[in-house]
Amino acid sequence: MTDTRTRVESDLEGAERRRRIALVASKGTLDQAYPPLILATTAASLGWEAGVYFTFYGLDILHVDRLEKLKVASLANPAGPIQLPNLLGALPGATAAATKIMKKWMDDARMPTVPEFIEMSQGLGVRFFACSTTMGVMGVEEGDLIKGCEIAGAAAFLDYAADADVQLFV
Amino acid sequence: MTTQFTTPVAPSRVDAELDTSGLLCPLPVYQAGLALGQLTKGQVLRLVTTDPGSLEDIPALARQLGDTLLDAQRHEHHQVFLIEKGDRL
Repeated sequence: MTDTRTRVESDLEGAERRRRIALVASKGTLDQAYPPLILATTAASLGWEAGVYFTFYGLDILHVDRLEKLKVASLANPAGPIQLPNLLGALPGATAAATKIMKKWMDDARMPTVPEFIEMSQGLGVRFFACSTTMGVMGVEEGDLIKGCEIAGAAAFLDYAADADVQLFV
Repeated sequence: MTTQFTTPVAPSRVDAELDTSGLLCPLPVYQAGLALGQLTKGQVLRLVTTDPGSLEDIPALARQLGDTLLDAQRHEHHQVFLIEKGDRL
């Protein structure tokens, strides 16, 4: 009984507040930078609160020097832009080629770049959380990150995610 | 899920127009969200899209924002939506 009442109360509460999405961006490749940014931008466009937790390699998406240099893997990426056996995918220039093709696909489809998606989402109020442990492990300083990031540990992010209607890990 | 209307709403009700032809998800939703943000309650946005996903996306946008989808017309290569801005949280 108590459980049911709690659920109903929380549903009622949900009707009167903005919906929220909490995303984790854990990948630091160009192709994998898009999904969390697209979902966050879309959620904010729907009027939701949106927050993305950038952790491990995903932190590169917030890194001022690495953000523009994200690449698409030519190895172990069978659905990637170039279809090469792994032995050839390891050749010098293969990663650069895969990256170039992906950028051309996006450009031809008039899709914004990753930096443009960051600007769009921040403009809509999407919150960017930088994983403090990743910063410590990988030697990333606050000054290495783009403006507007919040440094947060796992507990702070889970506190935010606990009140989210949608939580996704990318 | 997509609502299809047979009688188009009188064009005199349109307060703003946005053409997102050639743009893919999430850009039609993103741009429509910005355009609706410029309107006041009761005003109507006429939105043109070519992204086939927008047949579901635009009704979802209106539903999530608390706006009203007055009209959705599906043509061969594009869609036309009329969205009336509602109350916002």
